[in-house]
Amino acid sequence: MVRFDDVWLQYHRSSGAVGTESPAIISHMSFEIPQGGFRWLTGTSGAGKTSVLKLMYLAEQPSRGKIELLGTNAASMERREAALLRRRIGVVFQDFRLLEHLSAFDNVALPMRLARRTEGQVKSDVTELLHWVGLAGKMERRPAELSGGEQQRVAIARAVVNRPKLFLADEPTGNLDDAQADRLMMLIIGLNKMGTTVVVATHSKRLVAEYPAPRLEIARGMLALDESLVWGR
Amino acid sequence: MARRMDHLGLRTAMADRLLPVLVAAMSFLAALAIAGTLAAASLAAQWNHDTGIDLTVQVPEPGDNAVGGSTPREQAVYDILAKSPQVQAPHVLSAAEINNLLRPWLGADVASLGMPVPAVITAQWVGSGSPDGLRTALDAVAPGTLAETGERWAARVAALTASLQASALSVLLIVALVAVAVVAVATRAGLAQRREAVEIIHGLGALDSDIASRFARRATMLTAIGSLLGTACALPVLFWLANLAAPFSGVVANTAWPVLPPVLWLILPTIPLMAAAIGWVTTQQTVRGWLRRLK
Ligand SMILES: Nc1ncnc2c1ncn2[C@@H]1O[C@H](COP(=O)(O)OP(=O)(O)OP(=O)(O)O)[C@@H](O)[C@H]1O
Ligand SMILES: [Mg+2]
Repeated sequence: MVRFDDVWLQYHRSSGAVGTESPAIISHMSFEIPQGGFRWLTGTSGAGKTSVLKLMYLAEQPSRGKIELLGTNAASMERREAALLRRRIGVVFQDFRLLEHLSAFDNVALPMRLARRTEGQVKSDVTELLHWVGLAGKMERRPAELSGGEQQRVAIARAVVNRPKLFLADEPTGNLDDAQADRLMMLIIGLNKMGTTVVVATHSKRLVAEYPAPRLEIARGMLALDESLVWGR
Repeated sequence: MARRMDHLGLRTAMADRLLPVLVAAMSFLAALAIAGTLAAASLAAQWNHDTGIDLTVQVPEPGDNAVGGSTPREQAVYDILAKSPQVQAPHVLSAAEINNLLRPWLGADVASLGMPVPAVITAQWVGSGSPDGLRTALDAVAPGTLAETGERWAARVAALTASLQASALSVLLIVALVAVAVVAVATRAGLAQRREAVEIIHGLGALDSDIASRFARRATMLTAIGSLLGTACALPVLFWLANLAAPFSGVVANTAWPVLPPVLWLILPTIPLMAAAIGWVTTQQTVRGWLRRLK
Protein backbone atom coordinates (compact mmCIF):
# COMPACT_ATOMS: atom_id res chain seq x y z
CA MET A 1 0.00 0.00 0.00
CA VAL A 2 1.07 3.57 -0.72
CA ARG A 3 -0.51 6.56 0.98
CA PHE A 4 0.30 10.25 0.52
CA ASP A 5 -1.18 12.57 3.12
CA ASP A 6 -0.89 16.28 2.18
CA VAL A 7 2.62 15.80 0.85
CA TRP A 8 4.84 18.71 -0.19
CA LEU A 9 8.29 18.58 -1.71
CA GLN A 10 10.87 21.32 -2.07
CA TYR A 11 14.25 20.55 -3.58
CA HIS A 12 17.13 22.05 -1.64
CA ARG A 13 18.88 24.34 -4.02
CA SER A 14 22.63 24.08 -4.03
CA SER A 15 23.03 27.35 -5.92
CA GLY A 16 20.95 30.50 -6.09
CA ALA A 17 20.55 33.55 -3.92
CA VAL A 18 20.52 33.10 -0.17
CA GLY A 19 17.17 33.52 1.46
CA THR A 20 15.07 32.77 -1.61
CA GLU A 21 12.70 29.94 -0.83
CA SER A 22 12.93 27.24 -3.45
CA PRO A 23 9.42 26.67 -4.86
CA ALA A 24 7.39 23.63 -3.88
CA ILE A 25 7.64 21.07 -6.70
CA ILE A 26 4.89 18.96 -5.16
CA SER A 27 2.09 20.37 -3.04
CA HIS A 28 -1.23 19.38 -1.43
CA MET A 29 -0.82 15.81 -2.61
CA SER A 30 -3.05 13.18 -1.02
CA PHE A 31 -3.97 9.79 -2.46
CA GLU A 32 -3.99 6.14 -1.58
CA ILE A 33 -3.10 3.06 -3.62
CA PRO A 34 -4.18 -0.24 -2.05
CA GLN A 35 -1.80 -3.20 -2.00
CA GLY A 36 -2.02 -4.89 -5.40
CA GLY A 37 -3.34 -1.74 -7.08
CA PHE A 38 -2.24 -0.46 -10.48
CA ARG A 39 -1.97 3.28 -11.33
CA TRP A 40 -0.90 5.19 -14.36
CA LEU A 41 0.94 8.38 -13.44
CA THR A 42 0.40 10.99 -16.16
CA GLY A 43 1.04 14.66 -16.72
CA THR A 44 2.96 17.00 -18.98
CA SER A 45 6.73 17.14 -18.95
CA GLY A 46 7.92 18.87 -15.78
CA ALA A 47 4.59 18.31 -14.00
CA GLY A 48 6.28 16.31 -11.21
CA LYS A 49 5.85 12.61 -12.08
CA THR A 50 9.49 11.70 -11.41
CA SER A 51 9.39 13.71 -8.19
CA VAL A 52 6.37 11.75 -6.94
CA LEU A 53 8.15 8.48 -7.75
CA LYS A 54 11.32 9.68 -5.95
CA LEU A 55 9.24 10.18 -2.82
CA MET A 56 7.92 6.64 -3.25
CA TYR A 57 11.35 5.04 -3.55
CA LEU A 58 12.75 7.06 -0.67
CA ALA A 59 15.20 9.12 -2.71
CA GLU A 60 13.58 12.26 -1.31
CA GLN A 61 11.92 13.11 1.97
CA PRO A 62 8.76 15.22 1.87
CA SER A 63 9.24 18.70 3.29
CA ARG A 64 5.70 18.45 4.66
CA GLY A 65 3.07 15.75 5.03
CA LYS A 66 3.20 12.03 5.59
CA ILE A 67 4.02 9.09 3.34
CA GLU A 68 3.19 5.51 4.17
CA LEU A 69 4.87 2.74 2.17
CA LEU A 70 4.11 -0.98 2.51
CA GLY A 71 2.78 -0.38 5.99
CA THR A 72 5.58 1.81 7.35
CA ASN A 73 5.80 5.53 7.90
CA ALA A 74 8.55 6.76 5.59
CA ALA A 75 9.56 9.67 7.81
CA SER A 76 10.27 7.80 11.02
CA MET A 77 12.51 5.13 9.56
CA GLU A 78 16.01 4.12 10.61
CA ARG A 79 18.61 4.02 7.82
CA ARG A 80 18.75 0.24 8.02
CA GLU A 81 14.99 -0.07 7.90
CA ALA A 82 14.90 2.21 4.86
CA ALA A 83 17.53 0.09 3.09
CA LEU A 84 15.53 -3.08 3.75
CA LEU A 85 12.37 -1.38 2.51
CA ARG A 86 14.16 -0.30 -0.69
CA ARG A 87 14.88 -3.97 -1.38
CA ARG A 88 11.13 -4.57 -1.60
CA ILE A 89 10.67 -1.73 -4.09
CA GLY A 90 11.62 -2.29 -7.73
CA VAL A 91 12.36 0.85 -9.73
CA VAL A 92 12.88 1.46 -13.45
CA PHE A 93 14.49 4.87 -13.72
CA GLN A 94 13.87 7.27 -16.58
CA ASP A 95 17.66 7.25 -17.21
CA PHE A 96 18.05 3.50 -16.41
CA ARG A 97 20.91 3.99 -13.92
CA LEU A 98 22.76 0.81 -14.80
CA LEU A 99 26.27 0.20 -13.48
CA GLU A 100 28.56 0.84 -16.44
CA HIS A 101 31.35 -1.51 -15.37
CA LEU A 102 29.07 -4.53 -14.89
CA SER A 103 27.63 -6.87 -17.52
CA ALA A 104 23.88 -7.05 -18.16
CA PHE A 105 23.84 -10.27 -16.13
CA ASP A 106 25.63 -8.73 -13.13
CA ASN A 107 23.44 -5.62 -13.26
CA VAL A 108 20.30 -7.73 -13.04
CA ALA A 109 21.88 -9.97 -10.40
CA LEU A 110 22.74 -7.03 -8.16
CA PRO A 111 19.51 -6.82 -6.09
CA MET A 112 19.61 -10.59 -5.50
CA ARG A 113 23.24 -10.49 -4.44
CA LEU A 114 22.58 -7.56 -2.11
CA ALA A 115 19.85 -9.69 -0.56
CA ARG A 116 22.46 -12.46 -0.16
CA ARG A 117 20.73 -15.03 -2.35
CA THR A 118 22.74 -18.09 -3.34
CA GLU A 119 24.71 -17.92 -6.59
CA GLY A 120 22.75 -20.89 -7.94
CA GLN A 121 19.48 -19.08 -7.40
CA VAL A 122 20.93 -15.89 -8.86
CA LYS A 123 22.08 -17.72 -11.98
CA SER A 124 18.78 -19.44 -12.70
CA ASP A 125 16.55 -16.43 -11.95
CA VAL A 126 18.65 -13.89 -13.82
CA THR A 127 19.14 -16.13 -16.85
CA GLU A 128 15.42 -16.83 -17.06
CA LEU A 129 14.50 -13.19 -16.77
CA LEU A 130 17.04 -12.06 -19.38
CA HIS A 131 15.66 -14.71 -21.74
CA TRP A 132 12.20 -13.36 -21.11
CA VAL A 133 13.15 -9.78 -22.02
CA GLY A 134 14.93 -11.05 -25.15
CA LEU A 135 18.53 -10.54 -24.08
CA ALA A 136 19.59 -14.18 -23.90
CA GLY A 137 22.54 -13.68 -26.24
CA LYS A 138 23.72 -10.44 -24.66
CA MET A 139 24.04 -11.30 -20.99
CA GLU A 140 27.76 -10.59 -20.83
CA ARG A 141 27.56 -7.21 -22.59
CA ARG A 142 28.10 -3.99 -20.70
CA PRO A 143 25.44 -1.27 -20.89
CA ALA A 144 27.57 0.77 -23.30
CA GLU A 145 27.45 -2.16 -25.73
CA LEU A 146 23.64 -2.29 -25.70
CA SER A 147 21.04 -0.21 -27.52
CA GLY A 148 18.80 2.18 -25.60
CA GLY A 149 15.89 -0.26 -25.68
CA GLU A 150 18.13 -3.13 -24.58
CA GLN A 151 19.43 -1.09 -21.66
CA GLN A 152 15.86 -0.29 -20.72
CA ARG A 153 15.02 -4.00 -20.68
CA VAL A 154 18.03 -4.68 -18.44
CA ALA A 155 16.77 -1.96 -16.11
CA ILE A 156 13.31 -3.55 -16.09
CA ALA A 157 14.72 -7.00 -15.38
CA ARG A 158 16.75 -5.58 -12.47
CA ALA A 159 13.61 -3.95 -11.06
CA VAL A 160 11.55 -7.14 -11.00
CA VAL A 161 14.19 -9.76 -10.21
CA ASN A 162 13.56 -9.66 -6.45
CA ARG A 163 9.76 -9.92 -6.90
CA PRO A 164 9.14 -6.50 -5.31
CA LYS A 165 6.04 -5.60 -3.33
CA LEU A 166 5.99 -2.18 -4.97
CA PHE A 167 7.01 -1.67 -8.61
CA LEU A 168 7.66 1.85 -9.87
CA ALA A 169 8.51 2.62 -13.47
CA ASP A 170 9.39 6.02 -14.91
CA GLU A 171 8.63 6.06 -18.64
CA PRO A 172 9.59 2.39 -19.03
CA THR A 173 8.59 2.12 -22.67
CA GLY A 174 10.24 5.29 -23.90
CA ASN A 175 12.83 3.41 -25.94
CA LEU A 176 10.78 0.32 -26.84
CA ASP A 177 8.83 -0.52 -29.97
CA ASP A 178 5.14 -1.44 -29.59
CA ALA A 179 5.82 -5.19 -29.54
CA GLN A 180 8.47 -4.84 -26.82
CA ALA A 181 6.25 -2.43 -24.88
CA ASP A 182 3.44 -5.00 -24.96
CA ARG A 183 5.79 -7.73 -23.72
CA LEU A 184 6.82 -5.44 -20.90
CA MET A 185 3.19 -4.76 -20.01
CA MET A 186 2.57 -8.52 -19.83
CA LEU A 187 5.42 -8.78 -17.35
CA ILE A 188 4.13 -5.89 -15.25
CA ILE A 189 0.55 -7.16 -15.28
CA GLY A 190 1.80 -10.61 -14.25
CA LEU A 191 3.69 -9.04 -11.36
CA ASN A 192 0.59 -7.02 -10.44
CA LYS A 193 -1.59 -10.15 -10.48
CA MET A 194 0.77 -11.73 -7.93
CA GLY A 195 0.05 -8.86 -5.55
CA THR A 196 2.64 -6.22 -6.38
CA THR A 197 1.47 -2.61 -6.27
CA VAL A 198 2.38 -0.94 -9.57
CA VAL A 199 2.83 2.72 -10.49
CA VAL A 200 3.89 3.54 -14.06
CA ALA A 201 4.63 7.09 -15.18
CA THR A 202 4.12 7.50 -18.91
CA HIS A 203 3.46 9.89 -21.73
CA SER A 204 2.13 7.07 -23.94
CA LYS A 205 -1.57 7.54 -24.69
CA ARG A 206 -1.58 4.22 -26.54
CA LEU A 207 -0.43 2.28 -23.50
CA VAL A 208 -2.96 3.94 -21.19
CA ALA A 209 -5.72 3.23 -23.68
CA GLU A 210 -4.79 -0.42 -24.21
CA TYR A 211 -4.22 -1.30 -20.57
CA PRO A 212 -7.01 0.47 -18.73
CA ALA A 213 -6.30 1.30 -15.09
CA PRO A 214 -6.95 4.33 -12.85
CA ARG A 215 -4.87 7.38 -13.69
CA LEU A 216 -3.24 9.81 -11.29
CA GLU A 217 -2.95 12.99 -13.35
CA ILE A 218 -0.46 15.57 -12.15
CA ALA A 219 -0.39 19.20 -13.17
CA ARG A 220 2.13 21.73 -11.83
CA GLY A 221 2.96 19.53 -8.85
CA MET A 222 -0.62 18.98 -7.76
CA LEU A 223 -2.96 16.07 -8.18
CA ALA A 224 -5.34 17.19 -10.94
CA LEU A 225 -7.29 13.96 -11.20
CA ASP A 226 -7.48 10.72 -9.19
CA GLU A 227 -9.41 8.25 -11.34
CA SER A 228 -9.44 5.59 -8.64
CA LEU A 229 -12.20 7.65 -6.98
CA VAL A 230 -14.18 7.32 -10.21
CA TRP A 231 -13.25 3.66 -10.72
CA GLY A 232 -14.28 2.98 -7.19
CA ARG A 233 -11.16 1.14 -6.29
CA MET B 1 30.08 -16.84 -1.16
CA ALA B 2 31.22 -17.92 -4.59
CA ARG B 3 33.22 -15.10 -6.09
CA ARG B 4 33.84 -11.69 -4.66
CA MET B 5 31.89 -9.26 -6.79
CA ASP B 6 33.37 -5.87 -7.45
CA HIS B 7 29.95 -4.16 -7.67
CA LEU B 8 31.45 -0.75 -7.22
CA GLY B 9 34.35 -1.13 -9.62
CA LEU B 10 36.76 -0.32 -6.81
CA ARG B 11 39.59 -2.19 -8.47
CA THR B 12 39.97 0.76 -10.82
CA ALA B 13 38.56 3.51 -8.64
CA MET B 14 40.75 3.39 -5.57
CA ALA B 15 44.22 4.65 -6.43
CA ASP B 16 45.97 1.33 -6.43
CA ARG B 17 49.50 2.69 -6.60
CA LEU B 18 49.63 5.93 -4.71
CA LEU B 19 48.04 4.64 -1.50
CA PRO B 20 50.39 1.65 -1.02
CA VAL B 21 53.43 3.79 -1.87
CA LEU B 22 52.50 6.46 0.69
CA VAL B 23 51.71 3.86 3.32
CA ALA B 24 55.01 2.12 2.52
CA ALA B 25 56.90 5.37 3.13
CA MET B 26 55.16 5.86 6.45
CA SER B 27 55.74 2.29 7.56
CA PHE B 28 59.41 2.76 6.73
CA LEU B 29 59.53 5.79 9.02
CA ALA B 30 57.62 3.92 11.71
CA ALA B 31 60.09 1.02 11.58
CA LEU B 32 63.02 3.40 11.96
CA ALA B 33 61.36 5.23 14.82
CA ILE B 34 60.62 2.00 16.66
CA ALA B 35 64.13 0.69 16.09
CA GLY B 36 65.52 4.02 17.29
CA THR B 37 63.54 3.86 20.51
CA LEU B 38 64.66 0.34 21.21
CA ALA B 39 68.29 1.15 20.39
CA ALA B 40 68.24 4.17 22.68
CA ALA B 41 66.78 2.08 25.47
CA SER B 42 69.28 -0.74 25.16
CA LEU B 43 72.27 1.61 24.80
CA ALA B 44 71.12 3.45 27.89
CA ALA B 45 70.84 0.21 29.84
CA GLN B 46 74.31 -0.81 28.66
CA TRP B 47 75.91 2.51 29.60
CA ASN B 48 74.20 2.64 32.94
CA HIS B 49 75.59 -0.77 33.65
CA ASP B 50 79.12 0.20 32.57
CA THR B 51 79.35 3.54 34.27
CA GLY B 52 77.31 2.94 37.36
CA ILE B 53 79.97 1.07 39.28
CA ASP B 54 83.08 3.02 38.40
CA LEU B 55 84.66 5.49 40.78
CA THR B 56 87.39 7.75 39.45
CA VAL B 57 89.29 10.01 41.83
CA GLN B 58 91.66 12.69 40.59
CA VAL B 59 94.12 14.25 43.01
CA PRO B 60 95.81 17.42 41.75
CA GLU B 61 99.33 18.11 43.06
CA PRO B 62 99.61 14.60 44.41
CA GLY B 63 103.05 15.17 45.93
CA ASP B 64 102.13 18.10 48.18
CA ASN B 65 101.41 17.60 51.83
CA ALA B 66 97.91 16.77 52.88
CA VAL B 67 96.07 19.14 55.21
CA GLY B 68 97.31 18.95 58.78
CA GLY B 69 100.07 16.42 58.24
CA SER B 70 103.11 15.44 56.27
CA THR B 71 101.62 12.54 54.25
CA PRO B 72 101.43 13.28 50.50
CA ARG B 73 97.93 14.17 49.34
CA GLU B 74 97.79 11.13 47.06
CA GLN B 75 98.61 8.80 49.94
CA ALA B 76 96.11 10.46 52.28
CA VAL B 77 93.34 10.08 49.71
CA TYR B 78 94.28 6.47 49.04
CA ASP B 79 94.15 5.67 52.75
CA ILE B 80 90.64 7.04 53.07
CA LEU B 81 89.50 5.07 50.03
CA ALA B 82 91.07 1.90 51.30
CA LYS B 83 89.33 2.27 54.65
CA SER B 84 85.90 3.11 53.25
CA PRO B 85 83.55 0.09 53.17
CA GLN B 86 81.69 1.57 50.16
CA VAL B 87 84.81 1.48 48.04
CA GLN B 88 86.54 -1.64 46.83
CA ALA B 89 89.81 -2.37 45.10
CA PRO B 90 91.32 1.12 44.88
CA HIS B 91 94.11 1.18 42.37
CA VAL B 92 96.56 3.98 41.72
CA LEU B 93 97.18 4.33 38.03
CA SER B 94 100.84 4.24 37.11
CA ALA B 95 102.38 6.96 34.98
CA ALA B 96 102.34 4.55 32.03
CA GLU B 97 98.62 3.83 32.49
CA ILE B 98 97.83 7.52 32.67
CA ASN B 99 99.89 8.08 29.59
CA ASN B 100 97.94 5.36 27.75
CA LEU B 101 94.67 6.93 28.75
CA LEU B 102 95.59 10.44 27.75
CA ARG B 103 97.77 9.94 24.68
CA PRO B 104 94.83 9.60 22.27
CA TRP B 105 93.49 12.94 23.46
CA LEU B 106 96.78 14.82 23.69
CA GLY B 107 98.48 13.28 20.70
CA ALA B 108 101.81 13.07 22.57
CA ASP B 109 103.39 11.65 25.67
CA VAL B 110 102.21 13.37 28.80
CA ALA B 111 105.72 13.67 30.15
CA SER B 112 107.01 15.41 27.02
CA LEU B 113 104.39 18.15 27.43
CA GLY B 114 105.52 19.02 30.90
CA MET B 115 101.97 19.34 32.12
CA PRO B 116 101.00 18.99 35.73
CA VAL B 117 99.25 15.64 35.80
CA PRO B 118 96.96 14.70 38.66
CA ALA B 119 97.17 11.31 40.26
CA VAL B 120 94.29 9.06 39.26
CA ILE B 121 92.88 6.36 41.49
CA THR B 122 90.19 4.03 40.13
CA ALA B 123 87.98 1.87 42.29
CA GLN B 124 84.61 0.17 42.41
CA TRP B 125 81.79 2.12 44.04
CA VAL B 126 79.61 -0.34 45.90
CA GLY B 127 77.74 2.19 48.02
CA SER B 128 74.22 3.15 47.27
CA GLY B 129 73.45 6.62 46.03
CA SER B 130 76.03 9.28 45.31
CA PRO B 131 79.42 9.46 47.02
CA ASP B 132 78.84 12.93 48.53
CA GLY B 133 80.03 11.93 51.98
CA LEU B 134 83.18 10.51 50.48
CA ARG B 135 83.78 13.70 48.52
CA THR B 136 83.65 15.82 51.68
CA ALA B 137 86.08 13.50 53.44
CA LEU B 138 88.52 13.55 50.54
CA ASP B 139 88.27 17.30 50.11
CA ALA B 140 89.06 17.80 53.78
CA VAL B 141 92.47 16.14 53.47
CA ALA B 142 93.23 17.13 49.87
CA PRO B 143 91.24 20.15 48.69
CA GLY B 144 90.50 20.10 44.98
CA THR B 145 90.15 16.34 44.75
CA LEU B 146 87.49 15.18 42.31
CA ALA B 147 85.56 11.96 42.87
CA GLU B 148 83.21 10.91 40.08
CA THR B 149 80.97 7.96 39.67
CA GLY B 150 78.93 7.31 36.56
CA GLU B 151 75.85 8.76 38.27
CA ARG B 152 75.99 12.08 36.49
CA TRP B 153 76.46 10.25 33.21
CA ALA B 154 73.66 7.93 34.07
CA ALA B 155 71.37 10.90 34.66
CA ARG B 156 72.36 12.46 31.34
CA VAL B 157 71.94 9.19 29.48
CA ALA B 158 68.51 8.74 31.05
CA ALA B 159 67.48 12.24 30.00
CA LEU B 160 68.79 11.64 26.50
CA THR B 161 66.98 8.31 26.25
CA ALA B 162 63.74 9.84 27.48
CA SER B 163 63.89 12.62 24.91
CA LEU B 164 64.84 10.19 22.13
CA GLN B 165 61.91 8.02 23.05
CA ALA B 166 59.57 10.99 23.23
CA SER B 167 60.59 12.09 19.75
CA ALA B 168 60.28 8.56 18.39
CA LEU B 169 56.79 8.32 19.87
CA SER B 170 55.78 11.64 18.36
CA VAL B 171 57.14 10.45 15.00
CA LEU B 172 54.96 7.34 15.36
CA LEU B 173 51.95 9.44 16.28
CA ILE B 174 52.47 11.82 13.35
CA VAL B 175 53.01 8.90 10.98
CA ALA B 176 49.75 7.34 12.17
CA LEU B 177 47.84 10.62 11.77
CA VAL B 178 49.24 11.17 8.29
CA ALA B 179 48.28 7.57 7.43
CA VAL B 180 44.72 8.27 8.58
CA ALA B 181 44.63 11.42 6.44
CA VAL B 182 46.06 9.65 3.39
CA VAL B 183 43.55 6.80 3.66
CA ALA B 184 40.67 9.24 4.17
CA VAL B 185 41.69 11.26 1.11
CA ALA B 186 42.07 8.12 -1.03
CA THR B 187 38.65 6.90 0.13
CA ARG B 188 37.03 10.24 -0.66
CA ALA B 189 38.62 10.21 -4.10
CA GLY B 190 37.28 6.68 -4.65
CA LEU B 191 33.82 7.79 -3.49
CA ALA B 192 33.89 10.79 -5.79
CA GLN B 193 34.88 8.61 -8.71
CA ARG B 194 32.25 5.96 -7.93
CA ARG B 195 29.60 8.36 -6.74
CA GLU B 196 26.97 7.21 -9.20
CA ALA B 197 27.58 3.52 -8.58
CA VAL B 198 27.39 4.08 -4.82
CA GLU B 199 24.13 6.01 -5.21
CA ILE B 200 22.64 3.27 -7.38
CA ILE B 201 23.62 0.49 -5.00
CA HIS B 202 22.32 2.52 -2.07
CA GLY B 203 19.07 2.96 -4.00
CA LEU B 204 18.83 -0.78 -4.52
CA GLY B 205 18.84 -1.25 -0.76
CA ALA B 206 22.48 -1.87 0.09
CA LEU B 207 23.14 -1.28 3.79
CA ASP B 208 25.67 1.38 4.75
CA SER B 209 27.72 -1.41 6.26
CA ASP B 210 27.72 -3.32 2.94
CA ILE B 211 29.06 -0.34 1.05
CA ALA B 212 31.52 0.68 3.76
CA SER B 213 32.94 -2.85 3.99
CA ARG B 214 33.48 -3.00 0.24
CA PHE B 215 35.60 0.14 0.39
CA ALA B 216 37.26 -0.95 3.63
CA ARG B 217 38.28 -4.35 2.27
CA ARG B 218 39.97 -2.69 -0.67
CA ALA B 219 41.68 -0.02 1.46
CA THR B 220 42.83 -2.58 4.02
CA MET B 221 44.41 -4.71 1.33
CA LEU B 222 46.20 -1.73 -0.20
CA THR B 223 47.50 -0.42 3.13
CA ALA B 224 48.60 -3.87 4.28
CA ILE B 225 50.54 -4.48 1.08
CA GLY B 226 52.11 -1.01 1.18
CA SER B 227 53.03 -1.38 4.81
CA LEU B 228 54.60 -4.82 4.32
CA LEU B 229 56.74 -3.40 1.53
CA GLY B 230 57.75 -0.34 3.55
CA THR B 231 58.65 -2.37 6.62
CA ALA B 232 60.62 -4.82 4.49
CA CYS B 233 62.50 -1.93 2.91
CA ALA B 234 63.44 -0.70 6.40
CA LEU B 235 65.16 -4.00 7.27
CA PRO B 236 68.42 -3.42 5.33
CA VAL B 237 68.67 0.04 6.87
CA LEU B 238 68.11 -1.39 10.33
CA PHE B 239 70.82 -4.00 9.78
CA TRP B 240 73.17 -1.30 8.58
CA LEU B 241 72.44 0.85 11.64
CA ALA B 242 72.84 -2.13 13.95
CA ASN B 243 76.19 -2.75 12.34
CA LEU B 244 77.26 0.86 12.90
CA ALA B 245 76.12 0.79 16.48
CA ALA B 246 77.62 -2.60 17.27
CA PRO B 247 80.82 -1.25 18.93
CA PHE B 248 78.70 0.89 21.25
CA SER B 249 75.98 -1.53 22.04
CA GLY B 250 78.49 -4.15 23.10
CA VAL B 251 77.22 -6.68 20.58
CA VAL B 252 80.13 -8.66 19.27
CA ALA B 253 80.02 -7.89 15.57
CA ASN B 254 82.15 -10.66 14.23
CA THR B 255 79.27 -12.41 12.52
CA ALA B 256 78.70 -11.60 8.85
CA TRP B 257 75.15 -10.52 9.69
CA PRO B 258 74.64 -8.02 12.45
CA VAL B 259 72.01 -9.07 14.93
CA LEU B 260 68.77 -7.16 15.49
CA PRO B 261 67.35 -7.20 18.99
CA PRO B 262 64.75 -9.98 19.34
CA VAL B 263 62.12 -7.50 20.59
CA LEU B 264 62.37 -5.75 17.25
CA TRP B 265 61.45 -8.96 15.47
CA LEU B 266 58.32 -9.06 17.60
CA ILE B 267 57.41 -5.42 17.11
CA LEU B 268 58.14 -4.95 13.38
CA PRO B 269 55.32 -7.28 12.22
CA THR B 270 52.83 -5.16 14.16
CA ILE B 271 53.46 -2.23 11.77
CA PRO B 272 51.55 -3.82 8.83
CA LEU B 273 48.85 -4.91 11.28
CA MET B 274 48.51 -1.36 12.59
CA ALA B 275 48.46 0.00 9.03
CA ALA B 276 45.75 -2.47 8.05
CA ALA B 277 43.73 -1.50 11.13
CA ILE B 278 44.10 2.20 10.28
CA GLY B 279 43.01 1.40 6.71
CA TRP B 280 39.93 -0.49 7.86
CA VAL B 281 38.71 1.90 10.54
CA THR B 282 39.40 5.10 8.61
CA THR B 283 37.68 3.85 5.46
CA GLN B 284 34.64 2.62 7.38
CA GLN B 285 34.26 5.99 9.11
CA THR B 286 34.84 8.00 5.93
CA VAL B 287 32.35 6.01 3.85
CA ARG B 288 29.68 5.96 6.55
CA GLY B 289 30.07 9.71 7.02
CA TRP B 290 29.77 10.28 3.29
CA LEU B 291 26.73 8.01 2.94
CA ARG B 292 24.82 10.09 5.46
CA ARG B 293 24.22 12.67 2.73
CA LEU B 294 22.14 10.09 0.86
CA LYS B 295 18.61 9.78 2.15
N1 LIG C 1 16.85 17.91 -8.28
C1 LIG C 1 16.05 18.92 -8.60
N2 LIG C 1 16.27 20.15 -8.10
C2 LIG C 1 15.47 21.17 -8.37
N3 LIG C 1 14.39 21.08 -9.18
C3 LIG C 1 14.11 19.89 -9.72
C4 LIG C 1 14.93 18.74 -9.46
N4 LIG C 1 14.41 17.69 -10.14
C5 LIG C 1 13.31 18.18 -10.79
N5 LIG C 1 13.13 19.48 -10.54
C6 LIG C 1 12.02 20.30 -11.05
O1 LIG C 1 10.84 19.76 -10.57
C7 LIG C 1 9.82 19.83 -11.55
C8 LIG C 1 9.22 18.47 -11.77
O2 LIG C 1 10.20 17.62 -12.31
P1 LIG C 1 9.96 16.09 -12.59
O3 LIG C 1 11.24 15.49 -13.00
O4 LIG C 1 9.29 15.50 -11.42
O5 LIG C 1 8.98 16.18 -13.84
P2 LIG C 1 8.34 14.99 -14.73
O6 LIG C 1 6.88 15.09 -14.60
O7 LIG C 1 8.99 13.71 -14.36
O8 LIG C 1 8.79 15.44 -16.19
P3 LIG C 1 9.19 14.49 -17.45
O9 LIG C 1 7.90 14.00 -18.03
O10 LIG C 1 9.86 15.46 -18.38
O11 LIG C 1 10.06 13.43 -16.96
C9 LIG C 1 10.47 20.39 -12.79
O12 LIG C 1 10.12 21.74 -12.87
C10 LIG C 1 11.93 20.26 -12.55
O13 LIG C 1 12.60 21.34 -13.13
MG1 LIG D 1 10.28 12.44 -15.31
